[in-house]
Amino acid sequence: MKLLSCPLNGPRNIEEFQYLGPLRGRPDPDALSDADWARHLFRAENRPGAMLEWWRHRPSNYVFLAERHTVTNAVIRTFDPSELEPGA
Amino acid sequence: MVLRLLKYGLRSDYPVTGDIPVTPTLKPAYDVVIIGAGGHGLACAHYLSKYHGIHDVAVLDKGWLAGGNTARNTTTIRSNYITPQGIAFYKEGVTLYEAMSEELDFNVMFSQRGQLTFAHSEATLRSFHLRAETGRHMGIGIEVVDQKGVEALCPHLNMDYGGALEVLGGLWHPDGGTARHDAVAWGYAAQAARRGVEIHQRTEVTAIEVAGGRVQAVVTNRGRIAAGQVMIACGGMNYDMALKAGVELPIRCYPLQAMVTQPVKPWLHTLVSSVSLHTYLVQSSRGEMVIGGGSDPYQLYSTRSTLDMKEHLAEGAVHLFPFLKNLRLLRQWAGITDMTPDYSPIMGESPVDGLWLDCGWGTWGFKATPVAGKRMAECIATGRVPEILQPFALERFERFALLNEMGATAASH
Ligand SMILES: Cc1cc2nc3c(=O)[nH]c(=O)nc-3n(C[C@H](O)[C@H](O)[C@H](O)COP(=O)(O)OP(=O)(O)OC[C@H]3O[C@@H](n4cnc5c(N)ncnc54)[C@H](O)[C@@H]3O)c2cc1C
Repeated sequence: MKLLSCPLNGPRNIEEFQYLGPLRGRPDPDALSDADWARHLFRAENRPGAMLEWWRHRPSNYVFLAERHTVTNAVIRTFDPSELEPGA
Repeated sequence: MVLRLLKYGLRSDYPVTGDIPVTPTLKPAYDVVIIGAGGHGLACAHYLSKYHGIHDVAVLDKGWLAGGNTARNTTTIRSNYITPQGIAFYKEGVTLYEAMSEELDFNVMFSQRGQLTFAHSEATLRSFHLRAETGRHMGIGIEVVDQKGVEALCPHLNMDYGGALEVLGGLWHPDGGTARHDAVAWGYAAQAARRGVEIHQRTEVTAIEVAGGRVQAVVTNRGRIAAGQVMIACGGMNYDMALKAGVELPIRCYPLQAMVTQPVKPWLHTLVSSVSLHTYLVQSSRGEMVIGGGSDPYQLYSTRSTLDMKEHLAEGAVHLFPFLKNLRLLRQWAGITDMTPDYSPIMGESPVDGLWLDCGWGTWGFKATPVAGKRMAECIATGRVPEILQPFALERFERFALLNEMGATAASH
């Protein structure tokens, strides 16, 4: 059983969580070209290495961020979205 | 083929022929460099050398021959997709499998036993009707069968009458089948090698050189190779490889897991699949029950297996065929799948001149090995993308012309 440490509920079985995908920017759709908008919609972070991503703890419906290494699968840290540094 | 087999059988010494030459020394330049010696890369090399007179080709692989997803897949071959473009493409793939043993002079054990997909809900059944109508229009063998029809095709199935997972009907695809994956790769490799193609195992591409918007060379652990044209066919590493040329693909990588049980006597003729249970089964020619395919729920570059995924597959298999519960698992594995947003591949041109893409094969690319190889060879040889490949261009995402095949790949194969 793999554990994920939820910032709100502590370490829990990873099956209690839902993966919501890599963190992505929130560009203004009106300010983007069609090509850049398509890029925003369809391309996501996928480089082998450390990645910031969204997770949800299903029972408590709490959404948070994790930094995880996509090769070793090691979770480097988990934190509340309010702690996200601007520009990250 | 039959006569030759007979002659061989009557000999007293059974001579061994080495089909695939040992890795030669690397030349400083090739007309065509193919990155990835999986089924796709090798098939392309075969078609280039046999049909287009292009022999100065190097196929590079960081590992051993076809040790990527070609070695890890569950070998479902079918064309019962959703979009007309997808069906036309995969239909050509099935046709090429039908003739492959002859084409390669190598028995790939193509076994066209048909595939039956179960519907456990009215909604699934309705989507089957749409797939059957589209498929028939495109000229493939496909029909919706009712409960009686399912029972006739698959008498051992637990129909779960009155239960939560009652089988309401099925999608019958008589064109579906399996082939021996190693034989497919070895057959293409042997043919290509015979026509001068060099296969370089343990040759890892670490960089792609681009200048003036055109691909110039690839850098490997064994040296730099100048290349007229380069094709990327790296399976699970396609995103990473394209990035080396500055091309960002709409791909996310997830491990896909499968497993086989100990062998038993032949009992399951058809390939069977359940969309709701995310489980499919086929009995291999060795008698093993091949069970797939569970995708990990988060992105990962890893080929490890997990207990929860194997439990999930076992649960689905035992629900469909309760008598399997006493079988033991023999092997388990995973492959890194390069998933696209619309569950269709990305083939054809890249934004870099001379750099071709044969990517985004996710959980469904083994069946496309011959057709992708044939059509990508056409691209490289003529510089033009044939009509059948045009819908799969990378720039379809910019045109919002996606080819949604999720419903036809949901059980992941
Ligand atoms: C568990 C599982 C089940 C599947 N089941 C099915 C199925 O039933 N039906 C179906 O149609 N498809 C199935 N698939 C998908 C199918 O296996 C793949 O889409 C297909 O095999 C891709 O073939 P390929 O030749 O493009 O890639 P691969 O066979 O993965 O070959 C890519 C090669 O590139 C090499 N490479 C990577 N990086 C580098 C580098 N830097 N330098 C040099 N070489 C490099 C790798 O070593 C590898 O040998 C399944 C996949 C998995 C994982």
